[in-house]
Amino acid sequence: MTGPLVVAAAVVAIALAPLVASTYHVLLMLPFMAYAVVLLGLNLLLGYAGLVSFGHALFIGIGAYTGAFLTSHFKIRSLEVILIAAAALGALVAAPVGALCVRYVKIYFGMLTLAFGMVFYTFVLKFYRLTGGDEGTPFLRPSLLGRSLEAMPKTDYLVGPYYYYSLGVVVVATLCMWRIVHSPFGLCLKTIRDNPAKAETLGIGVTRFRFHAFVISAVYAAVGGALLGPPIGNVDPTLAYWTHSGNIVFMTLLGGFTSFFGPVVGAFVFIYLQNWVMSVVPYWRLIFGAILAAIVIFAPGGLLGLVRPGRAAVRAAGRRGAGAPPAESRP
Amino acid sequence: MILVAEGLRKLYGEFCALDGVSLGVGAGEFVSIIGPNGAGKSTLINILTGLTPPSAGTVRFKEREIHGLGPVGLARLGMARSFQLVHIFPDLTVLETLQAAVVARLGRGTRLFASLAGDRDVQREALEVAELFRLSDKRGALARHLPQGDKKLLDVASAFALRPEIILLDEPTSGVSTADKTAVMETLVEASKRIGLQAILQVEHDMDIVFAYSDRIIALHQGKVLADGPPSAIQADRYLIDTVIGRRARTH
Repeated sequence: MTGPLVVAAAVVAIALAPLVASTYHVLLMLPFMAYAVVLLGLNLLLGYAGLVSFGHALFIGIGAYTGAFLTSHFKIRSLEVILIAAAALGALVAAPVGALCVRYVKIYFGMLTLAFGMVFYTFVLKFYRLTGGDEGTPFLRPSLLGRSLEAMPKTDYLVGPYYYYSLGVVVVATLCMWRIVHSPFGLCLKTIRDNPAKAETLGIGVTRFRFHAFVISAVYAAVGGALLGPPIGNVDPTLAYWTHSGNIVFMTLLGGFTSFFGPVVGAFVFIYLQNWVMSVVPYWRLIFGAILAAIVIFAPGGLLGLVRPGRAAVRAAGRRGAGAPPAESRP
Repeated sequence: MILVAEGLRKLYGEFCALDGVSLGVGAGEFVSIIGPNGAGKSTLINILTGLTPPSAGTVRFKEREIHGLGPVGLARLGMARSFQLVHIFPDLTVLETLQAAVVARLGRGTRLFASLAGDRDVQREALEVAELFRLSDKRGALARHLPQGDKKLLDVASAFALRPEIILLDEPTSGVSTADKTAVMETLVEASKRIGLQAILQVEHDMDIVFAYSDRIIALHQGKVLADGPPSAIQADRYLIDTVIGRRARTH
């Protein structure tokens, strides 16, 4: 019962934060919640299907630009419509991209996703008339559950209704993902992660399951991307840049991809740590690089692996080579 | 015949691993393939299970040409296999491994929001197989933590959990202690009766096991079928024993 209690306590703490924490810290929680949704999806791919994507900023970008386009060009302000449209567009783009990428594994999969991410980045950067190029596209304030909230000061809107709306999306996304990873589908993904050749002899179609996982993770990334938009207020190509893909992989490793909530914890620590380090030293990427190296070497199970050694840590250690499952030779 | 191979040939560059191998396995048969290292036994199993395409020749399972079906299609058609080297899911428990096989057999793998724990059919069948293979008390253990013999047993048990019509076993007792080999084979035979398995085709080096359990033995040598007959006929052929098994086996 410890696990559910901790999760419940965390949700309550997040819900109470606007009442007790400073506005500054509450505002930092908004990107955290958006990234939490992104990472729940990314970890379906990484932690459960064993595929490392270096191009998921593509889908974050799709979600964010969907919101920006709908609010700026089509005068659609409903966040519910934006989230649904982002999810649908994310799935639509993920289908052909995933169909190509999941035929490959390991570094080849990672490089292909990176390539598609860069194609999208270049598209939004260069098609200035459509996307606003490097200046981006405004993400106008969306309405929440049919309420316009235009008259409300921006900060009040973000730390009030928008904060709780984001929390609601995170809770729903978490519950959905929890069901997915504990479903027969989730079990099949884990068999593919551990030993694809064996999974195939059991009649589990490896490529088909990887494709489904890819599309689901893209939908989560697009929804998270759409949530990122309103706090920023302007969507630009940096959201789709490869370093952004690297950041979310970093968050996943930081928290630990071997546990369900690891990447969510990673997102929280990443955002607050980045904010703190940036305020202390100008070379924050240097510090972050050192932290990542230390995690890979000393805590392969991530932060949650330190708290909960055992299965998670053993699995992560296995990925480093000790007792690793049979490798798939196909590039 | 449930499984028929005709004129199988496999070339790796200039090396001919299989050269015109033809065989059949009928319903109710326990067939063993024997031969020295490099005879082509594992290559043959890999071709029969769709893992490796032959350079020439055909394989028919239940009257159907298997070319292009692949391991997934064959598993759905009723063919299961285990590997010479243990193939397990290291980070899944024993029960999860068996559940995965049952989920695949029942075609429930695409159920996204269904509860695995709440699927009574899957739970019941997985527990039945665990019991059949005497793995019940280890059902919560991670596969990577099992002793080598139990890993082998789990590999085979997951194949049985598919309730196949034929199972191809690549050295089912390799890595198992000599004392446990008979127990493993007894478990296999008992399990095959319980699930209504029609045929077993195994590659095995332990001649005690081969002679004790086989209805028919196929001897391979340098990629060719040297003999195909009942154990008594194989044992009586001294030339065959010398060539395929080696002198040590004369005592059998």
